Amino acid sequence: MTLKTISIRNLLRRKQKAGFILAGLVIGVSTVVGIITFVEAMANDINHNLEKYGANILIVPRTENLALSYGGLALGGVSFEMKEIQEIELARVKNIKNARNVAALGPLVLGAVNVASRNMLMAGVDFKAAEILKPWWNIKGAVPEENEVILGADAAEILNLSAGDPITVKNNSFVVSGILQPTGSQDDQLIFTRLVTAQTIFNKKGRISMAEVAALCKDCPIEEMVKQISDVLPAAKVMAIQQVVKGRMAVLAQFKKFSYSISGVILLIGSLVVLVTMMGSVRERTDEIGIFRAIGFRKGHIMKIIFMEASIVSGLAGIIGYFTGYGATKVALLVFIENHSGHVPFRFELAVGAVITALILGVLSSAYPAIMASRLDPNEALRSL
Amino acid sequence: MNYIIANHLVKEYGQGDAVVSAIDGISFEIEEGEFVGIMGESGAGKSTLLGMMGAMNAPTSGKLMVDDIDIYSLTQEQRADFRREFLGFVFQSFHLVSYLTVIENIMLPLAIVMAGKKKKVEMAEAAMSQVGLSGKAHRLPNQISGGEKERVAIARAIVNEPPVLLADEPTGNVDTKTSHDIMKLLHRLNDKGMTIIMVTHNPDCAGYARRIMRLSDGKLVDDNIKLRSLKRWQKKEKKQEPFPNPTQVQAAGSLRTG
Repeated sequence: MTLKTISIRNLLRRKQKAGFILAGLVIGVSTVVGIITFVEAMANDINHNLEKYGANILIVPRTENLALSYGGLALGGVSFEMKEIQEIELARVKNIKNARNVAALGPLVLGAVNVASRNMLMAGVDFKAAEILKPWWNIKGAVPEENEVILGADAAEILNLSAGDPITVKNNSFVVSGILQPTGSQDDQLIFTRLVTAQTIFNKKGRISMAEVAALCKDCPIEEMVKQISDVLPAAKVMAIQQVVKGRMAVLAQFKKFSYSISGVILLIGSLVVLVTMMGSVRERTDEIGIFRAIGFRKGHIMKIIFMEASIVSGLAGIIGYFTGYGATKVALLVFIENHSGHVPFRFELAVGAVITALILGVLSSAYPAIMASRLDPNEALRSL
Repeated sequence: MNYIIANHLVKEYGQGDAVVSAIDGISFEIEEGEFVGIMGESGAGKSTLLGMMGAMNAPTSGKLMVDDIDIYSLTQEQRADFRREFLGFVFQSFHLVSYLTVIENIMLPLAIVMAGKKKKVEMAEAAMSQVGLSGKAHRLPNQISGGEKERVAIARAIVNEPPVLLADEPTGNVDTKTSHDIMKLLHRLNDKGMTIIMVTHNPDCAGYARRIMRLSDGKLVDDNIKLRSLKRWQKKEKKQEPFPNPTQVQAAGSLRTG
């Protein structure tokens, strides 16, 4: 016979009350675990999609020059009068340590052209890579072939050209294969053609002006990707497009903050359930506690009994709550995220955290009832019968 | 040797004009090994006095010494330790813990004692044997009779082998035959040297005590009434035993029979 025996026997005797406390904490813990796991899975999913949505790293020749912008983004040091990067050097990016994090690598050749007495910018791009780097592009017409170009919306308006019209660029005849629908960016003012065509026009065979990279940063921070690419391209300047990265992270952070706030409220409610139930339990056990005190139990012994009961129920709630939340997340992912496999990795630290959190909440919520119980005057408690 | 010494104990409740004296200046001495019955009409202060002797009810004034310890100079926690080591309690209405078995109820005072499980079980079985409860160890309180519950309560009170046993109406909830069985049990414990102080309304039960203190309105009105043994109980002692038999005990005041 120990104090633990008294605690366990009491829980077994008052199964309904114990079950009520258990249910309150299980709901709290499972909701928190579910929210955290679901949010993380969603954040990964969002992040993954965001990372594929455009470039987040730029590779430019190392030069000291004016700041120009491209795509409305501050690029730092980019000069129009610049050295080029060798295409074969660019190929080294495919051999970096985290090459699998490179979703797309899009070289660009840029050059100034005069079309119908107007100075315009022409860009040679890899249209295959552009599908990932510029998924917002909507070409009304077709992707250009060898002697074809597409015009940005503004460029088409200025030149008064539409799909199918001929255009002469640097004494080369092309056909407009399509018009880029308005993007709201600098692309609207450019003429785009295939990379090889632009290299030929500008006499830059085997060379590029810059490259855009769409890097997946889920398990490799962007800084690390920038470093790895810089290491293989010493002649280039590699920069993360900070606004893009920071913007994404800010969105995710807000999302997580909101979810954690909700979790905190739910846990608080669970704690209140424990507190109220334990208070009721202590009031019901006035005579029992009176006997304990009369036969020589100290206040600490009484508190120990109450805390042990709370710990047993809370620990159990933590374990059940974790697995309930885990299971609920798997179901929710299948329902709410398209094409999600439903796979949720088991996180040991989250499981331990769930149990510890449940224990702390259970014990803290029982503190006041335990103190109340320990302060019961044995004489008064026994006289009350 | 005087084991329990009460010196002008007073217990008052309320304040100002509404003060009520539950105990009004009681002094007495109880020797080691005595069997004392405390009697009196309802509201005389019997249970209050027992509670004081049980280190659970601090007097408003006065001193209570048990084994040379001024028990109300101790802290609350020290008094809890004192109760555990020096006192055994038999409460009115048994007060068994309903979800513990008979043997677990008996072992309750041992729950906070540093001893192995085997030792605790041995002590509980010894107490069970003393009270005549063998064979009922694993029953719950709602599965035993009133008399058996009383025996469990007594076994719980003596499992720690305390020097003093305080019993509040130990036969209050049992039939007459069982009452006598319980009283014979207490008598046997007293024969082994245990000091027993018993509150009772029942003159039959009071007759088992070797000394009766009578309270009335919080005052000690009669004391040191020696009823030396059960065999002599029927004889009328000229000087020292004004209550040699139940009829005379009843006639002494408005006493309820058990």
